[in-house]
Amino acid sequence: MTWLAVLVALLIVVMVAAALYSVVQKDLILAVIGTSVISVVLSVLFYLLQAPDVALTEAAIGVALSTIIFVIAIKKTDRYEE
Amino acid sequence: MILETIGYIIISIGAIFLFLGAFGIFRMPDIYSRMQAGTKATTLGAMGVVFGVGLVQPEWFWKTFIIVLFIAISNPISSHALARGSYKIGIKPFTKKEGLDDLDGVYEAEEEK
Amino acid sequence: MIIFLLSVLGLAIIFALIRGFKGPTASDRIVALDNITTIVTAGLVLLGLYFERYIYVDVSLIYAVLGFVGVLTLARYMEGGL
Repeated sequence: MTWLAVLVALLIVVMVAAALYSVVQKDLILAVIGTSVISVVLSVLFYLLQAPDVALTEAAIGVALSTIIFVIAIKKTDRYEE
Repeated sequence: MILETIGYIIISIGAIFLFLGAFGIFRMPDIYSRMQAGTKATTLGAMGVVFGVGLVQPEWFWKTFIIVLFIAISNPISSHALARGSYKIGIKPFTKKEGLDDLDGVYEAEEEK
Repeated sequence: MIIFLLSVLGLAIIFALIRGFKGPTASDRIVALDNITTIVTAGLVLLGLYFERYIYVDVSLIYAVLGFVGVLTLARYMEGGL
């Protein structure tokens, strides 16, 4: 099972990189795309750690609901951070 | 046994299409070419992989068939909306000759009506 | 055999992530996100075949049903609608 540990380590690296990108970015739409990438990677990580029910909930909430709420909030306010 | 072999062949074809789609996103020059490589080839690849898994495990066939059906419905919707949106915010297609853009001025004429 | 196919899909996800990191406009990044979601939909079914658990296919079903909603919302925001 050594390739599974390598895969989990790679997923954690990608998740931390996407989180840093999402924090640093001034254009908030790109930050929302970064959070969506975090959600997808986190769902795969839950799947690999033998928890398919948590992965199912994370997929449904993270890929659809949180993106819609963030985009509606950006629509009501400004797109660019100063 | 023969069904398993056919299933693995279909999975391999789907994986090759998924890889070529992502490589097209990496290499193509502008947004519309990237969109063509990244949505059409990826849709065919994902359908091939999921259908092949349904052939390898015959008890899973109907659930994988439903997944294939939903991919075939939902993936072109998002790519169509994305192409329309990125044309409307003013990204021009990458062409070497002039006058190849058939949509030039169509949306402005719709706005005036 | 399955591990080789999974490594091919992982290489595809790495190419899409590079384009999502350096793409010039927001549309490039949204195309990369759509591509990553579709590749993950196929890859989770392959992982379910590797672990031989029937319940693991449900996560991929959720991605196939709901995965297009986030991309649709972002595209409609860029167009000016929503």
